[in-house]
Amino acid sequence: MYNARTEQRRAWLQASPALIWLGFFFLAPLVLILIYSFQGRADDGTVLWNWSLANYQKLFADGAFWRTLWLSTWIALVVTAITLVVSYPLAFFMATRSPKIRGVLVLAVMIPFWTNFLVRIYAWKVLLGNNGVLNRFLGQFDLGPLQIINSPSAVIMALIYGELPYMILPLYAALERFDWVQLEAARDLGAGRFQTFWRVLLPQTLPGITAGSILVFVPTVGTFAVSDILGGTSVNMVGNTLSLQFGSASNWAYGSAISMIFMLLLLGAILLYFKATREVNDGENPG
Amino acid sequence: MNTPTWAVELDHVTKEFRGSVAVRDISLKIADGEFFSLLGPSGCGKTTLLRMIAGFENPSSGDIYIEGVLMGETPANRRDVNTVFQSYALFPHMSVAENVAFGLHMKNINKADIATRVKQALDMVQLGAFGDRRPKQLSGGQQQRVALARALINEPEVLLLDEPLAALDLKLRKEMQLELKSIQQRLGITFIFVTHDQEEALTMSDRIAVMELGKVLQVGQPTEIYERPKTRFVADFIGECNFIDGTVLAVENGAVTLETDGGVRVVGTGMFPVAAGDHAVLAVRPEKVRLVEGQQPQGTNVFAAIVERVAYIGSDTRIIVRLPDGSPFDVWEANTVSTLDPNQYYTAGDPVYVTWATQNSLILER
Repeated sequence: MYNARTEQRRAWLQASPALIWLGFFFLAPLVLILIYSFQGRADDGTVLWNWSLANYQKLFADGAFWRTLWLSTWIALVVTAITLVVSYPLAFFMATRSPKIRGVLVLAVMIPFWTNFLVRIYAWKVLLGNNGVLNRFLGQFDLGPLQIINSPSAVIMALIYGELPYMILPLYAALERFDWVQLEAARDLGAGRFQTFWRVLLPQTLPGITAGSILVFVPTVGTFAVSDILGGTSVNMVGNTLSLQFGSASNWAYGSAISMIFMLLLLGAILLYFKATREVNDGENPG
Repeated sequence: MNTPTWAVELDHVTKEFRGSVAVRDISLKIADGEFFSLLGPSGCGKTTLLRMIAGFENPSSGDIYIEGVLMGETPANRRDVNTVFQSYALFPHMSVAENVAFGLHMKNINKADIATRVKQALDMVQLGAFGDRRPKQLSGGQQQRVALARALINEPEVLLLDEPLAALDLKLRKEMQLELKSIQQRLGITFIFVTHDQEEALTMSDRIAVMELGKVLQVGQPTEIYERPKTRFVADFIGECNFIDGTVLAVENGAVTLETDGGVRVVGTGMFPVAAGDHAVLAVRPEKVRLVEGQQPQGTNVFAAIVERVAYIGSDTRIIVRLPDGSPFDVWEANTVSTLDPNQYYTAGDPVYVTWATQNSLILER
């Protein structure tokens, strides 16, 4: 009993730097936003200290917000699904190379990180614009112009491009640990290529799929820069609404309420997702 | 098909990997119900040969027949063979029972039958109570049994085993050798067993193919391989062996006399056609050599020697003596008398005579 208690105390002590760090950088801002979300907006755009549920009442009746939420979710789901489908074969290819080539390929996946994200998004604007590289190329063949820019397609394309490494790397990590003899064992036991993938490889790389999907879905659903630059006024995502409220609309209280609801919904979705994938594959943690 | 069919027939099978030859023109016929071992040092091509039979690799040239049917490029999942992998390759995300059921699931057998057969298979390998566990919760020996049950439940014509006992400790390995052999005899399935352990091959096999550098050097029953090796490599790889190089001096009724560079003459049984002047090597196993103290014995193959090292290992005493020309020579003497009298055992420095019968030594190609 005594031992258990000192053990516990020591554990807390050892974790305290991390706890202080987390408390300062995560918990405190969160609490601040939570408090803001119950206040109002003063005429000069500052926070009016007046506790009420008004922001939440307004939010639940705000059809525009729910439309942006729906659009954000839809875009994020499409982006996550496509990056997953594209990344899996790529990560598979990487993980089955020799260790030396693997290192080079991992580096290649990370190279885009060396350029500023905004610069890369503007590059997409140059590519997809009405007078951009793509449409000028199509014009050579009397095709187009395609109206891609300022549409969800442009946002989705750029997001897929930007998020790919976050999907590839966890998948690669999961595939690299895989014991390839198992594929031969499955074939040996009569499984065709699809069955081998579905019953042996996929279940064991599910942790990588889960991690990658969350790493892609979360930033995508909350993006504002990509939809701002490439979607223009026609692609309004939650991120844009938030940036509006905290920016030109100067309604921090309402923005905070949006943040809270958005965060809670996201958290719920992730928990459900975790639960679903864990039920499919509880093999990683026997016992 | 009028010709008798073999469980597995290899017809001039060669496998090259980017210019290097792993398997070189091998032809073998393995009978139904046979326990056949592929024995050789690592890199001799035995595993490649097994993988070609399993269908994981295709021969660069030559044909493989299983039960008389030409395999060609038939994929592994369409061959009536199953493999026990060296690393077991169990599926970690499935329970033991699910692992064992996998092959039957792939054949779309109904669930009730699968459950019955899984139970039988697990009982066969004495793991009836472990069906719900994960492979990682089992010991190495138990995982090995799961791998065996997972393969055998499919009732293949041929079971391929790739050094399945290599990861087990000695005692467990011996147990599993006996168990494997008894399962094989009970089920009557053809086993093709890859190993680099010569003792394992001798104890378990009906026939052994000794391989080196992608080639089969000799195929035969364990006694043939051990007592009548055809080459120096086979004699050396299987068991211990003393070799004496020399030039053929005379051939008489199958007895070949060799003379060493030092002028010493030895006589052995000729195992290949030789004529005077040919180079050859005499091979004699340490347990077939006798040591004599005191009076010099009469006859051929008698040499004065000095005992150099003595290792008492219980059943035997292993003695290294030094011949007059300075070369070491292994002699194993069975300890047939129970005694503590130190005079009954050799000690270093003892002068002795080394001798062996002509028919117990073989003249092989150098």
